[in-house]
Amino acid sequence: MQNSNNKEVLVEVRGLKKYFKVKRKKFVKAVDNVSFNIYKGETLGIVGESGCGKTTCGKTILGLYKATSGEVIFDGTNVHSLKPKDKIDFTKRAQIIFQDPYSSLNPRMTVGDIIGEGIDIHKLYKNKKREEKIFELLYTVGLNKEHINRFPHEFSGGQRQRIGIARALAIEPDFIVCDEPISALDVSIQAQIVNLLMRLQREKNLTYLFIAHDLSMVKYISDRVGVMYLGNLVELTTSEKLYDNPLHPYTQALLSSIPIPDPEEEKNKERIPIHGEIPSAIDPPLGCRFVTRCKFAKEVCKKDMPEFREVDKEHFVACHRV
Amino acid sequence: MDSVKSDIKLTDDIFERVGIDEEYSEHLDKPSITYWADVWRRFKENKLAIFGLVLLIVVIGTIFLGPTIAGKDYQYIDASIKDQKPSAEHWFGTDDMGRDIFTRVCYGGRVSILIGLLCTVVMFFIGSILGAIAGLKGGWVDNLIMRIVEIIGNLPYLVIVIILTIVMGRSIFSLVFAMSITSWVGTTRMVRGQILQLKEQDYIEAATALGASTGRIIMRHLIPNTLGIIMVDITMSIPGFIFGEAFLSYVGLGVRPPQTSWGALASAGQQKLMFYPHELFFPCLMIVLTTLSFHLIGDGLSDALDPKLRK
Repeated sequence: MQNSNNKEVLVEVRGLKKYFKVKRKKFVKAVDNVSFNIYKGETLGIVGESGCGKTTCGKTILGLYKATSGEVIFDGTNVHSLKPKDKIDFTKRAQIIFQDPYSSLNPRMTVGDIIGEGIDIHKLYKNKKREEKIFELLYTVGLNKEHINRFPHEFSGGQRQRIGIARALAIEPDFIVCDEPISALDVSIQAQIVNLLMRLQREKNLTYLFIAHDLSMVKYISDRVGVMYLGNLVELTTSEKLYDNPLHPYTQALLSSIPIPDPEEEKNKERIPIHGEIPSAIDPPLGCRFVTRCKFAKEVCKKDMPEFREVDKEHFVACHRV
Repeated sequence: MDSVKSDIKLTDDIFERVGIDEEYSEHLDKPSITYWADVWRRFKENKLAIFGLVLLIVVIGTIFLGPTIAGKDYQYIDASIKDQKPSAEHWFGTDDMGRDIFTRVCYGGRVSILIGLLCTVVMFFIGSILGAIAGLKGGWVDNLIMRIVEIIGNLPYLVIVIILTIVMGRSIFSLVFAMSITSWVGTTRMVRGQILQLKEQDYIEAATALGASTGRIIMRHLIPNTLGIIMVDITMSIPGFIFGEAFLSYVGLGVRPPQTSWGALASAGQQKLMFYPHELFFPCLMIVLTTLSFHLIGDGLSDALDPKLRK
């Protein structure tokens, strides 16, 4: 798993930008020039604080948002220039699991219809076969046959998230964007859902883009981790390297904030605080995005945007100091 | 207790391991009910709403069966029995031309309710289609539709209606046209607001990610989720149109004689209020009963449809 050179690229993101217009000539630069690869069968974790563009990035990769510029190459085809017919084929291969299990299920549809929606749209199975498939999916995500005719309001948050997962799995995709699938859940349920996702990945050979802000959970599930700050990817490497040897000051600060479940160690650990607020994504700093809060900031950081380059094997970072 | 002391000794072998049936563990004896069944269950519990529903059925039953039972003709003039008080022969009395008021109220009611329903249907179709387009498409389409809505909404309703009835002549059609052309703006605003709110829901995005077409999203996701509020709006608008028709007929812009409506009957009765108050009372009573029943049903529906009031 660690040797990435002979791994097949499934999703290639090149210079992706997504700006939202807020006023005349004012744009929120939610995702600004992000490039990375996702290899077949891996889990790429994306972390970052609220509003850094993680979710926008995931949804733009799926074509749910139109990219301002840049391209997303999924298995050889550009997602953002698909013809309507090819777009349907693409939706069969790439799916999404949402953060909020309450708003992601239509309250007027039964669980069977929610899960079966993809099957109906892509005309995969009919009648008896369709029902059998839905039973199978319910069983896969740890739910019960009995649940097929019930409505979303009859379930708990964790169960709803399982329904959302079953919906994404129904059309047997290759690639799933998990958009903070655990952050709305109770801690004990989080572990269940993460283990379920990992089991499904093994069984069905899925590729995940796992968006989260819980660093310890991301370390647990991801093969590689990317750190985003204010629309930019600042560091990207394997999870071992990122956690053992973080190079970007923002990553270092983030990692130092993970609580350690040992009071002695927790008390004595070195903490790297970040001061101030995240700058507005409408007028981000000119040079390095992190310059306003970085304690190592120099003159060059204010003027030039650092290049996102490979400093070590499979270790990309955007910082002038490295 | 001592009194129930028994001789049976509890030994291990009298117990049997039953275990649990995994398949059955999640079984619910109560059947899962659909959204609308749940709405109906809550609606039934509301006594006032049921009273409104029964009242409406009685009023409509009277309007459609009444003339047959009474056996009178609503146009038949008999000068010898004019302005009679209610009696066994003429249940609501007679008017200044000796016509049976009960039969006239029934016929007038048909016209009034027909106008109410027609206006609501037209309002609902124009309003919800334009509202859905504005909400879904957004951008300049939304802007255009909403500016039209504002223009029509800000013109004095009465002026438009009077001009239209003068231009088009007095008929049911011109009344319906005049009233519905001014009323759809409210529905458009409401549906647009609903669609804008629903559009942001994740399940719409999930459907898009699954490859659902716009048509499918509208039919499967947007309409079922706005239907409740639209239904309340519909039941609440029907009495408004009946009132509107009564008012326009009252000021002489309504249907043309010999056709009649509740408003026209009230208008005729009002002239003899001092001497024969029953000629005004009965048409007004019918208007009041009908609008009351629709309002009670609408209130009950909006309570029943609001999931936050679910007990």
